[in-house]
Amino acid sequence: MNNVDAVRATLHDALVNDDRTLIMGEDVGARGNVFLITKGFLEEFGPKRIIDTPLAEASIVGVAVGMAMEGLRPIAEIQFADFIYPAFNQIVGEAAKTRYRSNGDYTCPLVIRTPYGGGVRGALSHSVSIEALFYHVPGLKILAPSTPADIKGLLTAAIEDPDPVLFLEHKKTYRSVKGEVPEGRYVIPIGKADIKKPGRDVTVVSYGYNVHQALDAANRLEGENISIEVIDLRSIRPMDKGTILASVRKTRKLLIIHEDNKFGGIGAEISAMVAEEAFFELDAPIRRLCGPDVPAMGYALPLEEEFMISTDRMLRAMRDLAAF
Amino acid sequence: MMAKTVTSRAGSLDRRGLTDEQLVAMLRNMLLQRQIDNRGFQLNRQGKIPFALGSEGHEAIQAGAAMAFVRGKDVLAPYYRDLGLVLGCGFTPLEMLNSMFARAADRSGGRQFPNHYTNKDLGLLSISSIIAAHVPHAVGVAYAFTYRGESGRAVLTTTGEGATSEGEWHESVNFAAVHKLPVVFLVENNSFAISTPQSAQMAIQNVADKAAGYGIPGVICDGMDPIASYAAVHEAMERARTGGGPTLVEAKCYRYLSHSTDDDDRTYRDRAAIEEARKLDPVPVFERVLLEAGVIDEERVKALKADVLRDTNEATDTAESFGYPSPSDLYTNVYEGPFEPWQ
Repeated sequence: MNNVDAVRATLHDALVNDDRTLIMGEDVGARGNVFLITKGFLEEFGPKRIIDTPLAEASIVGVAVGMAMEGLRPIAEIQFADFIYPAFNQIVGEAAKTRYRSNGDYTCPLVIRTPYGGGVRGALSHSVSIEALFYHVPGLKILAPSTPADIKGLLTAAIEDPDPVLFLEHKKTYRSVKGEVPEGRYVIPIGKADIKKPGRDVTVVSYGYNVHQALDAANRLEGENISIEVIDLRSIRPMDKGTILASVRKTRKLLIIHEDNKFGGIGAEISAMVAEEAFFELDAPIRRLCGPDVPAMGYALPLEEEFMISTDRMLRAMRDLAAF
Repeated sequence: MMAKTVTSRAGSLDRRGLTDEQLVAMLRNMLLQRQIDNRGFQLNRQGKIPFALGSEGHEAIQAGAAMAFVRGKDVLAPYYRDLGLVLGCGFTPLEMLNSMFARAADRSGGRQFPNHYTNKDLGLLSISSIIAAHVPHAVGVAYAFTYRGESGRAVLTTTGEGATSEGEWHESVNFAAVHKLPVVFLVENNSFAISTPQSAQMAIQNVADKAAGYGIPGVICDGMDPIASYAAVHEAMERARTGGGPTLVEAKCYRYLSHSTDDDDRTYRDRAAIEEARKLDPVPVFERVLLEAGVIDEERVKALKADVLRDTNEATDTAESFGYPSPSDLYTNVYEGPFEPWQ
């Protein structure tokens, strides 16, 4: 099964298993979502549970917040992560603070799913990574799994979670990444990173599409007798400090890779954390391989390719660090 | 579609089905609201609380709207200038004073600004200070009622007129209209958003006229008259409860005080206009209406006033005697369960 199938199957299970769940977003009904993730859901579950909303992102999230406060389990979809900005207030100002500001009187068990990321010729407004804009916000959880099994386990966890979760799906992995998915109920605890490939020489921390490139690079370097440990963060907030630190203490070298730009990105926080907690155990300066510090990737192929991190650049960074 | 106007006839008591007891309860609510409002400003000027916010001039619409709210069934998503409305829906003076003093006993544990109420037991939604951000929540609750087939329940949500400029207000009314949800959008139009007059907010005279753009009924009521206010909100709530969909109710009222204790309205409002508007002060006017109609006598009015003063004093003393939350309370209820902050 590929990543789209995994999202679809997990949503389907949730709708079958829990009457409180419903899906709302733009074109999720008759069209079955622009990636066909909810295709057939309208016929199966009806328009009360599969809601084609007005074209208005703030209320997609805002109305879902109200539903969640009243005991439903809404799964709101933002058609592309690039379109989430109008809903920023409802996510940051409202959903993330509902439990806190009411001191637990009200809760907000809400999932906001959205496809993000580039490499699909999506140009400026169908390619962005948004995680850094939200990971600053306590009260939110942010997940960005990269494989079908992780999607099933973590999307299930997100839907069952009593707090708001932003669930990010990298578009380039939707159909290109395939894998086995456990049968039946499968839940991965939120906040646990996964060591996708154990290694000795360098720790690579990444998430999303980049994980697959990093694994490809790491496998190729086996031939050069360079052993890379690849950690798939999966959960951006909360972050699995323990797994990262244990790995860095073993390899003594850290490379962070993410498509989102470097300044203030997820890698900045990981770097700061490792510098604070394990500085004297490092044998080399921390390195970050990230998207460039420009507003977005362009539509023209060279502008997209220049933005995206190539596997070759990952190979070079891994070799450099291993040799340091 | 022109907005419909609801007034109760001046000169004689048009009680719109309200009993004597309900009429007196509305007067009591208005007196209590005025008393607690004053208390907030007094405590602020005494340096005992950092901030207060008054609803003076909104007593009638709020007493009327509260009378149209069915406790235990309906849900209220209020805005911050709704002291009388939440009191009328069951919030107590002590809860209000706990909030003003930011005590641990406050429902939000001393986290929220005064007038940012929450009380799930009463069906009172938690709100932020972000204008109109609670309106989509009201719509979501109304959707949940419909989703679960709970007819006979409605959501009342309130804002000032300035909030109707917000995109989230528009999106919410539109969503509710499309799905014909059981929700009433009550706009307490006091013609100022802090300092910004309605004329700088919109190019129309009546907020209720916006209803036509959503295909829902728009109603204007005299927000200085609690009976007319009750009638308009009650009719809208009944429509919502019986599957008739949302209504936009605009209550024309007035804000006698500055926006808050941190505002000075002398910088933008003419004193003469406020003095003129004071002649219409809904609290003494309604007291007179009930006296003239023989619903209440001077003796009872005196007793009511003594009663609300005592309630307010007791709530003040009790709340003042309570303690603050402890610093460690900063770290609770971030998520469900134990939470280890990132450091």
